[in-house]
Amino acid sequence: MRYAMAVDTKKCVGCSDCVVACQTENKVPIGYCRDWIVEVTDGTYPQLEIEIRSERCNHCDNSPCVRCCPTGASHYADGGVVLVTHEACIGCGACIASCPYDARYPHPDGYVDKCTFCLENRVQKGLNPACVSVCPTKCLYFGDLDDPNSPVSLVLKKRKWKTLIPEAGTDPQLYFLV
Amino acid sequence: MREELIISGRMNRLVDPVLNIWHWHIPLYLFLGGLAAGILFFAALVTIQGKADKYPTAAKLAPFLTPFLLALGLLALFLDLNHKLYFWRLYTTIRLESPMSWGAWTLMVVTPLSLIWCALNIREIFPRWDWKYPILFKTEAFFKNNLLTISWIMLVFSLILGVYTGILFSAFNARPLWNTSILGPLFLTSGLSTGAAAIVLMSKQQTERNYFARIDLMLIGIEIFLIIHMFMGFLASTQVHIEAAQLFLGGPYTTVFWMFVFSFGLVVPAILEILELRGFHMPHWLAPSLVLFGGIMLRFIMAYAGQASRWLY
Repeated sequence: MRYAMAVDTKKCVGCSDCVVACQTENKVPIGYCRDWIVEVTDGTYPQLEIEIRSERCNHCDNSPCVRCCPTGASHYADGGVVLVTHEACIGCGACIASCPYDARYPHPDGYVDKCTFCLENRVQKGLNPACVSVCPTKCLYFGDLDDPNSPVSLVLKKRKWKTLIPEAGTDPQLYFLV
Repeated sequence: MREELIISGRMNRLVDPVLNIWHWHIPLYLFLGGLAAGILFFAALVTIQGKADKYPTAAKLAPFLTPFLLALGLLALFLDLNHKLYFWRLYTTIRLESPMSWGAWTLMVVTPLSLIWCALNIREIFPRWDWKYPILFKTEAFFKNNLLTISWIMLVFSLILGVYTGILFSAFNARPLWNTSILGPLFLTSGLSTGAAAIVLMSKQQTERNYFARIDLMLIGIEIFLIIHMFMGFLASTQVHIEAAQLFLGGPYTTVFWMFVFSFGLVVPAILEILELRGFHMPHWLAPSLVLFGGIMLRFIMAYAGQASRWLY
């Protein structure tokens, strides 16, 4: 099993519904976020192109955060999802310094927090992650890459995609449809 | 003009500024750990060579600093933790992939060794010291009989401690400035150099001061070579590494690095040491103090500049 997510940059309008849904579902403290919107405007006026991305932890196959964690709190869970065991995290910050996507933040309670793909609270109950289930343009696809008929496998077969800084060697599992 | 404009919803005061997660604690600890490693290395080395009586400051007096240096460093590390009460979790597992994990275990070996070393020499400093209990006399005798074994263990572990302070940083590929394998040898050399400088500073004998000033001079030479080599490597590497090097080659860290680390921390003390060895009269505290200052500046600048260097996407 290999959970992954695809983000359709052509359909995303940057409404931040995914951000708010995540904050609500995961009781993210006010002012913090586990996912966020990035708008990149590129070109020479008036020929401008805009790309809107809903970003979060890339749940990398070769995660620097898991490698650097001195206590094993950061670990690979079911389907390659990268999770943090709160009671094992000492809050040293090594994982935050090691993440090229800056996907982690220090939770006010001391441990380090990040996107979990809603693994335990939703996915293992047969639901989609909170961000995917609320997206009004249906631009987020989630599923198991080992299942050829999962929504994410199907859309990745059909469309062109990219990952973010694959040259960092992290083997990211968040795909952006372009 | 072709431009790229990035607006991120993550740019809020609670998230993006705090991603510079390491502040003064970590570089201070790296300096103290490197200094302690340097002092313990030379103490073990001169003991193994049978020159402990010739160089008493290195073998006996300077190591008395190390438990305090290590304790202070560990305190800084503890203050840096966000989840402080769970610090013991470091010692429920050994993760060889994580330099911080094996660094924590190395400290678990080196700190007791530094205390044993002090206990073995305490009667040289305080002649009327009395262990009181027979078991303590027996323990002391046991360690004295195995002094050579302890020296070898300390020699190896002090080197691991010194090199780990650099490898800790170099393991993070997300921060291109740190992501160079030169950083381990560089921090080790700097740690040994500050250790030698501390011995020169504390020693009251001309022969011992000259001996360690010579060692320090050689280490400064190696450090300068490693720094130049590091920048050559960056400039021949990928765009993010070139940009990391440019932080020091015209970027915001240029002045502080070339002035405080390279000039006042390496070149000036090297010139002063050469002059002193040639017989010129110098205040003998000046060169080693500058070396120590350069060592602490190197850690601070690398820690802060490293967190400013990143991948762009």
